[in-house]
Amino acid sequence: MRDATMPATHAAAAGRGVPLVEMRDVSIAFGGIKAVDGVSVDLHPGEVVGLLGHNGAGKSTLIKILSGAYPADQGEIRINGETAHIASPRDAKRYGIETIYQTLALADNVDAAANIFLGRERLTRWGTLNDHAMEAEARAVMGRLNPHFRRFKEPVKALSGGQRQSVAIARAIHFNARVLIMDEPTAALGPAETKQVGDLVLQLKKEGIGIFLISHDIHDVFDLADRLHVMKNGKLVGSARVADVTKDEVLGMIIMGKCPPAATPGPGASS
Amino acid sequence: MRDALRALELDLRLIGMIGALAVIWIGFDILTGGAFLTPRNLWNLSVQASSIAVMATGMVLVIVTRNIDLSVGSILGFTGMIIGVVQTQFLPDLWGFDHPLTWVVAVLVGVLVGGAIGAVQGVIIAVLGVSSFIVSLGGLLVWRGGAWWVTTGQTVAPMDSLFKRLGGGFEGAIGAGPSWMIGIAATLLAIAVSLISRRRRAQYGFPVRPPWAEGVVIALLSVAILGAVLVVNAYPLPAPIVRRMLEAQGLASDGDLPTIAHGFAIPVLIALAVGALVTFLSSRTRFGRYVFAIGGNPEAAELSGINTRWVLVSVFGLMGALCGLSACIATARLNAATNANGTLDELYVIAAAIIGGTSLAGGVGTIHGAMLGALVMQSLQSGMVLLGVDTPMQNIVVGIVLVAAVYIDTIYRRGVK
Repeated sequence: MRDATMPATHAAAAGRGVPLVEMRDVSIAFGGIKAVDGVSVDLHPGEVVGLLGHNGAGKSTLIKILSGAYPADQGEIRINGETAHIASPRDAKRYGIETIYQTLALADNVDAAANIFLGRERLTRWGTLNDHAMEAEARAVMGRLNPHFRRFKEPVKALSGGQRQSVAIARAIHFNARVLIMDEPTAALGPAETKQVGDLVLQLKKEGIGIFLISHDIHDVFDLADRLHVMKNGKLVGSARVADVTKDEVLGMIIMGKCPPAATPGPGASS
Repeated sequence: MRDALRALELDLRLIGMIGALAVIWIGFDILTGGAFLTPRNLWNLSVQASSIAVMATGMVLVIVTRNIDLSVGSILGFTGMIIGVVQTQFLPDLWGFDHPLTWVVAVLVGVLVGGAIGAVQGVIIAVLGVSSFIVSLGGLLVWRGGAWWVTTGQTVAPMDSLFKRLGGGFEGAIGAGPSWMIGIAATLLAIAVSLISRRRRAQYGFPVRPPWAEGVVIALLSVAILGAVLVVNAYPLPAPIVRRMLEAQGLASDGDLPTIAHGFAIPVLIALAVGALVTFLSSRTRFGRYVFAIGGNPEAAELSGINTRWVLVSVFGLMGALCGLSACIATARLNAATNANGTLDELYVIAAAIIGGTSLAGGVGTIHGAMLGALVMQSLQSGMVLLGVDTPMQNIVVGIVLVAAVYIDTIYRRGVK
């Protein structure tokens, strides 16, 4: 009966159907230290999944594997149920995986349009940069995210933190992303801008985009996410539906690796 | 006034550089009692600056990507020796002296050898991950040694008669008529580009300059181009050369000699063409966009899916090819290939780029700025020569100007932020 009142996207998020993204048993080591050790996570269309853990728990490394920045040593990535080969950021983008990095990863010395289209420039029929078309599209997408933004001719280093964030988000959503990875999206933002990002997440979710939300702020995750995965020392402590666990229980997972009864324990759970 | 200046959308740094150049020129003209601002001196000045200016355009891209190339002077020396040997030994054996294609082959060989050297250094830097400072410092020694090794130190001379024109001199000037044609064509091109760009912006509904401001900018450009034509056409060939030219055509050489103007020097036209080409590359193509993105944030460029290694190898390859082209100009001007050619050029090239507003921190720089920088440095040297200042003192002044220019630029950047 409860399912009948839920929107379609939530029904999908409840765990039915083929996951949009499935990372199975993924490991990566840097100089003998396993930064990610046998982690399995999944994500459905229209679902927001929080990835929680301390600094150094391996969450950023895990999503960098998905976004093509690091090739995994072991494990499998499946997109819509099919094995995906992601060896570079370009590969990831081909699968519709877009990332908003914690550092924003903007080229500070060029303008908003150049950043939004970086690596995917619009060209004229002579093969030169079509700056006019890019600026027009940039104005359209930025108008949706940040209607008061006017500084299209300035290098992005001249912009405020929130404006820079908008540029990074615009770059991620402008190319029909199916999977959006947001690494600490609100870390550098004020309350109003944080709310704006929250609204955007809900809007994108409605459009059926799957979102990985990496955060060490448990409140963010409880506000926005449907499910969460907790990592500790490179291993998965456990996974749970946000509705089934309390913030205290999740804190216990993050700090002590202790899995509450409502969560599915992973290899990193302490016994 | 402030609004009017803003409407013009002029590059303040560019105006500052032109202002500095004007101060230098007028200052030397006063100090030398009117010997500096003569068509003859300006013509020679521009020819002397062209070899450095060509390399400075490439150095901008190198520095923008947060790298440096200390080997450009040595690459120039080495490729210069190769160019010399090719046109005085290999090609004459093949098809005799003064073949019309000799200069073409010599230039191609110079550009290709230079490009290959640059690309190899680029691979060591971008793929093997050795810092560009070290790789190009090694290159500085290797290619200077290589330049000696090509002929075990012997100077190769003279150069092919057509090739020699690449270095300027009265044979390497194109005359008054062609200079006017180039000047008028360049003016029309500048007007067309301005108007097309304006119309495109208007079509997209973007803000454009008010019409009067557009008119002023176009007028300034036209005056600059046509003014340059007037200057080079006001420098006549010396009388003995005119007499010899007339005799060669079987005409009487006594009585009043006609006045024949130099017109643009070929090396200057080469430098301007290279400047236009590299400006196009850096501002209108993906390659240029990636060069600046890498300079702004190498990690972001990598995460955007840009093949940063390929871009870096290309930048160093282009730098090497431009060294090969500069080697042609320098060798032709000297009418000889020597293994010391281009010694210390790396410092002048880097200084030109830096004076032109290229930031050593990467990500910032313009081609026209670097070319103006080359002109500023050549003006200083040339003015001091006219004043009879000896070489050690010239070096001291150039060194101080370099540091002062960067200091002023630092203050300017702080003010902009």
